[in-house]
Amino acid sequence: MSLSPPSTIIRGRTWVWPDDVNTDIIIPFRFKARTNDPVEMAKYAMYGFDPEFYKKVKPGDLFVAGRNFGGGSSREQAPVAIKYSGIAAVVAESFARIFYRNSFAIGLPALEVPGIAKQVNQWDELEVNLQDWTVKKVNDGMIFHALPVPDFLRGLMREGGLVEYYKKHRTFPWENMRALTGTT
Amino acid sequence: MSQTILNDDSLTFAEKIISLKADGGRKVHHAGEIAVLPADLAMAQDSTGPLAIKVFREMGVQKVWDPKKIHLVIDHSFPAPDEKVANLHILIREFVKQQGVRLVEGSISHQHLLENHVVPGMVLFGADSHTCQAGAIGAFATGIGSSEMAAVWASGKLWVRVPESIKTNLTGQFKKGVYARDIITHFIGMVGEDGGNYKSLEWKGSAVKNLSISSRACISNNSMECGCKLSIFEVDRTTQDYFKTINRKAMFEVHAGPKAHYEEEYEIDLGTLEPQVWGPGNESKVRSAGEFGDDHLDEVFIGSSTNGRYEDLQVVGKILKGHKIKAGTRCIITPASRNVFERAIKDGLAETFLESGAVFTNATCGACVGTHLGVLGENETCLSTSPRNYVGRMGATTAKIYLSSPATAAASALEGHIADPRSYL
Repeated sequence: MSLSPPSTIIRGRTWVWPDDVNTDIIIPFRFKARTNDPVEMAKYAMYGFDPEFYKKVKPGDLFVAGRNFGGGSSREQAPVAIKYSGIAAVVAESFARIFYRNSFAIGLPALEVPGIAKQVNQWDELEVNLQDWTVKKVNDGMIFHALPVPDFLRGLMREGGLVEYYKKHRTFPWENMRALTGTT
Repeated sequence: MSQTILNDDSLTFAEKIISLKADGGRKVHHAGEIAVLPADLAMAQDSTGPLAIKVFREMGVQKVWDPKKIHLVIDHSFPAPDEKVANLHILIREFVKQQGVRLVEGSISHQHLLENHVVPGMVLFGADSHTCQAGAIGAFATGIGSSEMAAVWASGKLWVRVPESIKTNLTGQFKKGVYARDIITHFIGMVGEDGGNYKSLEWKGSAVKNLSISSRACISNNSMECGCKLSIFEVDRTTQDYFKTINRKAMFEVHAGPKAHYEEEYEIDLGTLEPQVWGPGNESKVRSAGEFGDDHLDEVFIGSSTNGRYEDLQVVGKILKGHKIKAGTRCIITPASRNVFERAIKDGLAETFLESGAVFTNATCGACVGTHLGVLGENETCLSTSPRNYVGRMGATTAKIYLSSPATAAASALEGHIADPRSYL
């Protein structure tokens, strides 16, 4: 089972998380190492904070988090569990390196917005724009610009991640060096 | 061009090795740029490999780019503790057979690669965050996820952002009872959990020459806990001697230029360090072992990729010899590789462990990731030499995890609470 690529504009209510949410909180090893099915992984999303999270989340919900979201393990099951639980995008003040890469690789929109966690409350409605890479607070219209990422990564994200990209183009986005010019 | 890059005074280790490898050494890549790196080695283990195999198949790729450069390692839960894990192990073995790639079972990947495959100047991508361990011998080694691993299997290449670098000068000499693990625990306490995020750490200074390859591997491995991309000890006499004894040759010896730019610089005088303990949990501060009270430890776990090498087990043997593990505390010792396991059995260390009352297991990640051989129950307290003290890491989310060196862990197992190892040395 795979999910369709993300929409360009994503609107949803927000779950707010603190700094340093690590991958063992997002999905503990003992669960992620015992299945290869993303739907099963989603049942353990955010288990370290709330084992019932998967029952409470609604499709299209968003995450806003503090610094260093997704620290620790290389487990791609972490963004996969979040994505398949129904979360449409993750906005964080900063991401841990591997989690950030994995998010692009699987087509989970991940936007880095310094300072955003203090500006957003649980259940605030946000609008994430993958075209101009911004986040808008719907109630007061406040707009946050996410830190820029290279064009080839944004393209990869919009196409839904590496599997979808490769199936369509029979190549990886970084294999064509010209795709790298003009990146930030 | 390669020689010009190697001799460039202004480049960091990361800038040099990426420039040498990307585009065949025709262009200098500076921090912040994107480059495409060909892989010399690609490793996935039994908790990241199955997902990579699934993704590889979903992409519709028929053949891997180079079977000899691809390593699958069954190490996280070995041998399989239950049917679900066993079935994922079967998936790995079938893929290995189908693609003709390499398979090892029952040694932790990072230690297995260090003992048998990785050499200075290599580019190693590993679907495991602690892949950065191989920076200890001057390799570009970094962790990635399963889908990117599938892309490496398919194409042999991956994009990287050239990281900024942080230099740490190590000076002075250890006091008794202080080890490499205490350096890196102290460092993480100083810079914080994201203090090295996206960065390349370079370990320099007069004290480096006294650090063994095992000690450097401990530091490079555990550097992941501040988020780094690379953690590098450049090749020196110690590295050269190590590769002479195991009869493998470097691809390149890369040295950062003397005028290279570092985003931050730190200095650690080893003589000022005390045995360090971090916990309970990653939100706690790093403190000296002597600052803890006599809270009961249910478990002491010694081993893992961070501290399961022969050098570590020797220190543990020295402390445990002739003593008994405190009643009510279980002590589990898990070596990092089959090689370390066999050495410990042949030279009598295993006997010392068993006589003390410890459990001596085969090599596996095991208790570190809460998968088997030492899982923690509700509200239990553990002192561990493994890399992470996250909530729920080793089992129950209510369990408390402290981290320390093997020496501190061994002394603590004897006393049943966190203890300073110096009275046993």
